[in-house]
Amino acid sequence: MRKTLVSGNTNQTITSGSSRSKVKSERLSRILKNRWLYILLLPGLIYFLLFKYLPMWGIVIAFQNYQPFLGISGSDWVGFEHFERFFTDEKFWLLLRNTSFLAVLNIVFFFPLPIVIALMLNELRNEVYKRFLQTLIYVPHFVSWVVVVGVVYIFFSTEEGVVNQIAAQLGFEKINFLLSKSWFPVMVTAEVIWKETGWGTIIFLAALASVDVSLYESAKLDGAGRWKQMWHITLPGIRSTIIILFILRLGQFLDTSFEQIFLMVNAANREVGEVYDTYVYMTGIRQGQFSYSAAVGLFKSVVGLVLVLLANTLAKKFGEEGVY
Amino acid sequence: MLEDKSWGNRIFNAANIFILLLIAVVAIIPFIYIIAASFTAKEELLNKAFVLFPTKFSLEGYKYIFSNNLIIRSIGVSIYVTVVGTILNLVFTSFMAFSLARRDLDGRQFLMLVVLFTMLFNGGMIPTYLVVKEMGMLNSLWSLMIPALISPFNLIILKNFFQNLPGELEEAAKIDGCNDLGILFKIVLPLSLPAMATFALFYSVTHWNTYIQAVLYINDSKLWPVQVWLRQIVIVSEGGFGDAQYNDTNTAPPAQIVKMAVIVVSTLPILFVYPFLQKHFAKGALLGSVKG
Repeated sequence: MRKTLVSGNTNQTITSGSSRSKVKSERLSRILKNRWLYILLLPGLIYFLLFKYLPMWGIVIAFQNYQPFLGISGSDWVGFEHFERFFTDEKFWLLLRNTSFLAVLNIVFFFPLPIVIALMLNELRNEVYKRFLQTLIYVPHFVSWVVVVGVVYIFFSTEEGVVNQIAAQLGFEKINFLLSKSWFPVMVTAEVIWKETGWGTIIFLAALASVDVSLYESAKLDGAGRWKQMWHITLPGIRSTIIILFILRLGQFLDTSFEQIFLMVNAANREVGEVYDTYVYMTGIRQGQFSYSAAVGLFKSVVGLVLVLLANTLAKKFGEEGVY
Repeated sequence: MLEDKSWGNRIFNAANIFILLLIAVVAIIPFIYIIAASFTAKEELLNKAFVLFPTKFSLEGYKYIFSNNLIIRSIGVSIYVTVVGTILNLVFTSFMAFSLARRDLDGRQFLMLVVLFTMLFNGGMIPTYLVVKEMGMLNSLWSLMIPALISPFNLIILKNFFQNLPGELEEAAKIDGCNDLGILFKIVLPLSLPAMATFALFYSVTHWNTYIQAVLYINDSKLWPVQVWLRQIVIVSEGGFGDAQYNDTNTAPPAQIVKMAVIVVSTLPILFVYPFLQKHFAKGALLGSVKG
């Protein structure tokens, strides 16, 4: 975009006054000719301005003592007061610890799984069987988090849950999976694995499909076995996809799935389950501390933005394409 | 391809097939169990913990659901939001994508930047909530449809799709004196029906599953979509934590079988459209990258 802007500017500075107005009238007639394009663009543009950019402007309430009846223009400015309060509150460290722990569990246990399963699917020779399996493993992605957590409640609740009933019949003690602090991160990570692993394979399968088949043929002629082919051809072939997805994941380090956590958190496990989003919801929507919770939300968005840009630069340094 | 017939290779293949089958079973078995159990009589469910093939059928759970006006109403709300919301999504997304796809649009690159930036940074929950509130959409079903009118991701994919359509037809139509509006409705949209169908499916799944927006924006339980009731019945009644109260006091507390029936009712539409969805994404229709 920079290029066109610059060339547009030079055009205008080089040309004399009369031809400058000519450029302008040309543009005007082009815009008139394309008027339907602008009319069609307008509803979408208004949407983006109202529901994406107006909230960005609304972030200024993080630096105010926002009162709904006074509005942004009437509320007092307090500078970084809310940020100071948040960073010195012990809640800040609790949220950082909970969020980071869930994110690390997610990256270590969930992130590699779609890659492994895509590689396994890629090794199948029977196309019909492969498609059949894909059809089944994608299903959980499409159900809502409410259904997933509901299913977990059906299976894991202490009294009626299938898992605990079977455990009891086999003589084991019942485990309170859903009201336990130590089980909370396990359950949350397991839910993500169950819901998203299958769907996650799609992008890797697409990358695998684009690996040049002739490479395998020549590797076979050179006597390379299955593992060697995988190590020297398949994995390098999908390396950039893995790196890009890893970058995107790092950029969302603080983005625990709000819906999922919101549904899983309860009075018994809130100490390990409270994350930034649920905290923003509780302090903002529930308690009406709009300015303070907006400050917390802003902190999270800014950290997210910095993380994406950082990871992207890092990837470019290592000779990968990057996302932006 | 040459096929290696050594024993090591055969064992590898067999293990691979078996493990993948196991994974597929894990992905699907909870649904099968819940569907089966929701039709099972109470006694059998109490005796055997795990039922895949019920011997005594019962429709008790479904009878409870379909005698509860609030649940029936919430199913209606969900259907309404899904249908109207998806139509609005498609209109807004395709109009904007069509004009962004045209190279002779002035300021096109800047507009793309405006769109892309929203994927990197957003105002967050509270400012968005305040905007929705200021517009008077709290406690109205519009709050479930308007704030998510265009997914930037879908917009860019559709824009790229429109750009890759053959340009000759558009040129011919222009020579015949057709304006851009005519080109969109007579040429571009008819050529893009499969793509539009895919987006319709994805948008409608999102609307059917919408939950957190309803929690944020809607207090009136008469306007709750089915996902919110699902949570009330399955999760709140179990954990007993008081983030929201269970309003329906004139009926018995829902038993396990009711919970399963509610899960089935709120999942079935998804499972029903799934084969149509699957047909599209299997071809990689939606994998046009955001890049470029």
